[in-house]
Formats: sequence, structure tokens, C-alpha cells
Amino acid sequence: MQQKLDSKKYSALRKAKWIPYIYLSPFIVLFIIFGLYPMLFSAWISLHSWELGSPFHQMEWLGLTNFEYVLTDEWFYHALYNTLWLSLAAGIPQHLVALPLAALLFRMTSQKRHILLCFYFLPFITSSVAISLVFGSLFSRDFGLLNQLLAGLHDLELAGIQPLSWLFPEQAIDWQDSSHIRWVIAFVVFWRYVGWNTLLYLSAMKTIPSELFDAARLDGAGFWQQLRYVTLPMLRPMILLALTLSIIGNFQLFEEPFILTAGTGGSGQAGQTLAMYLYATAFSEGDFATASATAWLLFIILFTLCNLIRRINQKDYL
Amino acid sequence: MVLMFVTQVQATTLTIASYPNFDAAIRAAIPRYEKLHPDITIRLVSLSFYDHHNAMTSALATGAGLPDIMGLEQSFIGRFANSGGLEALSAPPYNALQYQQLFVPYTMVQAQNDRGELFAMPADIGPGSLFYRSDLLAKAGVVLDDMTKTWDSFIDAGVKLKQKAIYLVANASDLKDIYIRIGLKPGEGIYFNQAGETLVRTERFVRAFTLAKQVRDLGLDARLQIWSNEWAEAIRRGRVATQMTGAWFAGHLSSWIAPESSGIWRVHQLPEHSYASWGGSFYAIPKAAAHKSAAWDFIRFMTLDQSMQQEAFEKLDAFPALLSAQQTPHMAASINYLGQQQARLIWKDAAANMPVIIAYKYDAMAAEVVRKQMDLVLDNNKNITEALEDAERQIRHKVRR
Repeated sequence: MQQKLDSKKYSALRKAKWIPYIYLSPFIVLFIIFGLYPMLFSAWISLHSWELGSPFHQMEWLGLTNFEYVLTDEWFYHALYNTLWLSLAAGIPQHLVALPLAALLFRMTSQKRHILLCFYFLPFITSSVAISLVFGSLFSRDFGLLNQLLAGLHDLELAGIQPLSWLFPEQAIDWQDSSHIRWVIAFVVFWRYVGWNTLLYLSAMKTIPSELFDAARLDGAGFWQQLRYVTLPMLRPMILLALTLSIIGNFQLFEEPFILTAGTGGSGQAGQTLAMYLYATAFSEGDFATASATAWLLFIILFTLCNLIRRINQKDYL
Repeated sequence: MVLMFVTQVQATTLTIASYPNFDAAIRAAIPRYEKLHPDITIRLVSLSFYDHHNAMTSALATGAGLPDIMGLEQSFIGRFANSGGLEALSAPPYNALQYQQLFVPYTMVQAQNDRGELFAMPADIGPGSLFYRSDLLAKAGVVLDDMTKTWDSFIDAGVKLKQKAIYLVANASDLKDIYIRIGLKPGEGIYFNQAGETLVRTERFVRAFTLAKQVRDLGLDARLQIWSNEWAEAIRRGRVATQMTGAWFAGHLSSWIAPESSGIWRVHQLPEHSYASWGGSFYAIPKAAAHKSAAWDFIRFMTLDQSMQQEAFEKLDAFPALLSAQQTPHMAASINYLGQQQARLIWKDAAANMPVIIAYKYDAMAAEVVRKQMDLVLDNNKNITEALEDAERQIRHKVRR
């Protein structure tokens, strides 16, 4: 009898071993089909020459030639430069604004905080297409609100003189030209993601023990001192996570510059990001193999940068 | 013609992928075609212009989700024709080159690769012309015939227009886009010759860049990108006097850009007896299509049937590629929006004089390289010779991959 029970128990245990895998299987199957397979396929075709529309068996092995091509293509470096520029110009202000903003919200009553947070978070959940179209109109050279505002300030008359005429331009600014388009894109990206970073920091602040703030207050620390000596050190893991997410997001920047520049990258491709370069290689030039090689190079760059941040964290630099 | 296809007994669903407004011609033809062929059901899948061409690119790349017939626009035809994923319609059982003389001369060549194989059948064309605001020209004292005599006189007219705070063109690069299409030698494409050499350092490109730069330096262009909101607004408000583009532009002007400007817009041939085409639509059959025989039959119906082509012309203003379909009273009818002008006769004449331009595989890429260099010349004062040298180097690099 005991033996029978043991055998049943053993069999049930054996079955139980498989149960977690059965529960996991929907994800694993979907991940293999939609995640792993395209990834491996992309790696495979990046090493081949593949004419659009020709069967797979006609693919020709090229080794690293596609990678070599991308790494000697000046457009790639131009797009890389634009991407780095946008990452810094849009990324750094996001965090410099989001951190104190989160600290301010943290000190507010929860009702006020929730209402304000909703407003800050709204751009993040709004369609990027809608955002880009609205900003495209705002930054319109001839009919945009911004240029009208600047012209109004330039022409402002006080006691017969125009005191601001030296500060504001007389001519309408062409925000689409190569010297301005990157600033426009950076501003839109900053505006869109500052709320997201604020939310991240605010969530992390809530996990800081209140005793630390009480102690700091008792020692006479003001808002900025509390931020510098209590909040920032305690937020370090979240800052690193937010920075990592920003780097990944900024290196994959596509919709905002694509719509703001009508898909062209703007005058002289001054607003073309790496993701746009990849898209143009695949869909304008029909070269999916080189586009795949670009995607893997983008992955290597991102992997290196994220790893760098991880090491900085480990070495306690921050 | 005897087609060597297997007769299909069962009802066939023919899938056609297209884009607006080209899909309207198919939608209009479906009831008649299905009545003539009760065994065929047509399923039309229409996506927006770029989404459609991207979807077809992906479908050809992966071999999945391919329709039986795909609609293609002229600017994509070179790349698709050279993709290897489309049926060669010049080969049996189609032998479509036998119909070549039935079409406007330049159109079929656009769908041929550099070996002369045909991959798509033309449905409609977009002969180009100069759209101009007659009231603005009169205001500036510009005489049309003087303005269109040469490219230099066109620029001179721009100077007069500028004095009245009116721009000659929306963007200086429009002149480059037309001039590079003029004076091509036999066998030449816009950017490449038959030997695959780039032509971007020829006198044609130097002159095209110089003209555009001249217009920019004189402040004669509004520096607007076509189809942008600002561009449409500038056209609507009469800040730009001319627009060089395809015949279909009249429909856009009257329907949404400037319906209130009815009667003041006109058309004329491009300056210096130039002829250029903007757009045109084609039908192609993917190699992996499930119903090639039925697909070819439908394509013949849409492209070779005179009444179908005329119906699309009259109802949808799709300028017919089929020559016999151009023999219709509709061609000589005056257009109300264009001040009762018989504009279609001008476009017909432009189509007849259009140079035959061979499409090469890397045309789209070369166009993008040249566009970038043109921007640098116009916006950053880059030296033209240096810009064209850089364009040649970049094209060579991209072709060599």
C-alpha cells in the first residue's frame, strides 16, 4: 500500500516538474516565433546577399561584407552622429528636469500630485504621430505659432521703441533647415519623455524611508540639500535604470524625426537617425541584408553603452 | 493569343493589392469583371500609398502575404522590376511586349529592367506640365510665352514676381528635378548609363544644380517641401505662382488645396520645351502568385480594354496609358477649374513628346544621394562640383555593396 502511495507521489512529482513549463509555454512559443526566430533570421541574412523577392536558397554567403559596407558608409556615421546628438540634447535635460520635478511632486499632497502627474504623463501616452503633427504645425515657418510669437516679441513697441528687437529675429525661422531641425526633434522628444522619467523617479522616491527625510529636516537640510544628500544617493539604481531606458529609447528614435521631416531626414538629412537609416536601407533601397547588419551594429552599440552604465553602477562612481 | 494555363474549374478569389486613388479604378471595374467572369471573385486590399509599397516590399522579401496582382507606382517600379520577385510579362505565356505600340511610348520602358524584360503593365500616366496662377503672372507683368521660352527667362520672370512678393516656385530643387530628365542619350537612365556608370557629374547635373542654386540665391523659391502643410497653405494663399508637376495635380487643386481658386489656375508646357512625367500606375504579378492566369486576364482587362481605360479617365481623371483610350471627346473637354482650358490636350501632347527613360535598379538610391547633395548646395552653400563629386562617390559606394 505504502509502495503504491509512494509511486503515485513520485508520478505526481514528476508531472509537477513539467507544470511550470506548461504554464510558461504560451510565452515561450510566442517568443520563439515572434522574438527569437526574426532575431536569428536577421543575423543570418546580415551575412548574405539577398535580392528582394528572390528565394532563400539563392542567398549568397558574404560573411561580414555587409557590416564592412555599413562601417564604411558615411551616411551611417552621419546618422550615428545625429542619433548621439539627439540622445544627449533630448536625454540629459529630461533627467535634469525630471529629478527635481519628481522631488517637488513628492512633497505635495497625494491629490495634487496625482493631478499634476497626469498632465506630465499625458504626452507619453499620446500618439507620437499626433504629437509630431501638432509640433510640425507649431514650428511651421510661415504659419506656425512659435514664429508668430517671436515676430510679436520682435515688433513689441513700448513708448515708440522696440526694446526686444535686438533679442528676437526679424525673419521667420525655418525650423526645418539643417541647423534647426535637430533642436526641434530634441525638444519634442524631451517634452514627450520628461513625464515618464518623472514617474519613474517619483515611484522610486516613495520607497525611500521617510525617517531619512525627517532626520535631514531635523539637521536643517532644505529642499535642495535633501535632494542632493538623501534623494539622489537613494535613487541611484533608478537613475541608472532610467538612463539605460533613455539610451535605448533615444538610439531607437524613429517616429518623431520621421514625421517631423516627412520621412526624408530633413535638409541634408540633418535629422536622420540610425533607425531611419536602417528603415531607408530596407524599404527605400530594398536591401534587407544590409539593413539587418545595421540593426546588429545598433544592438552592439546599445549593448556596449548599457554595459558601460552597469559597470559604472558596480564601481560606485555615481 | 493562346495562353498555356491550366483551366481552373473552381471559383477563384483573385487578390489585388493597391493604394488610393489607383484602387478606385479597380473598385469601379469589379462589378463588370465579375459579371463577365462569374467564376472569379475579386478581393481588393487597399493600403495608404507608402504603407502599400512597404507591405509589398516586405511581402516580396519574405514571400508571404503576396497578392495575385499588385498595383505599383512609377517611382517604385525600377526597384520592383529589378527585384526578381515579379513575373516577367515579356516572356511566355504573357508576351506582353507585343502590346508596346498600343501604349504611350515612354510608359512601358519604365517597367522594364536593363535587359529589356517587362515586369508590369501600365494603367495610367502622369504627364507633367507647368501649373501657374494667371492672375499672379498678370499682376507682375509676366508674359507666359516669354517666361517659358528658356529656363533663364523662367528665372527672369521669377525676379519680376519677387518684386510683387510672389515666389516663382515652391522649392528651387524642382528645377533640378526636371532638368536632370532632359536631353538623355539613347540607353541612358537619369542617373546611370547602360554600362552601370553614374552620370551625376555630367553637364546635365551641373546645369540642373546651377539653375536651382540661382533660383535660391535670388530668393525666388518659397523653400517649401511639396505636400507639406505650409506648401499647401502657400499655394492656397497665392504666395507661389507656379508648380511643375503631373496632370493629376489639377484634381488635388480643385478638391482640397485651393478649391476657391477656380478659374485662375492654368497649365502650360514646361519651360524650354521640356517634358517630364510625374507618376503613373502599373499592375504586376508576383512570381509566387496563386492565380497567375486569372491575374493576367484581369490586368489585360484593366490596361488593354479601351472602354475600361476611358471610364477611368472620365470618372477618375486617370490619364490613360492606352493610346486608343485617348481618342475620346473627354480629351478635348474644357476644364472648369482651369478657366475652361482644354488642358488635357496639353497633357496629351506632353505624353507624346515624353522622352523614353530607362529605369535602373539603383535609381531611387541615386535620387536620394543627389537630393541630399542638392540640399547641401542650396542650404549650406556647398560648391556644386564638390557636391556632385561626393554624390558620385556615394553612389559608387552604395552600388558596390
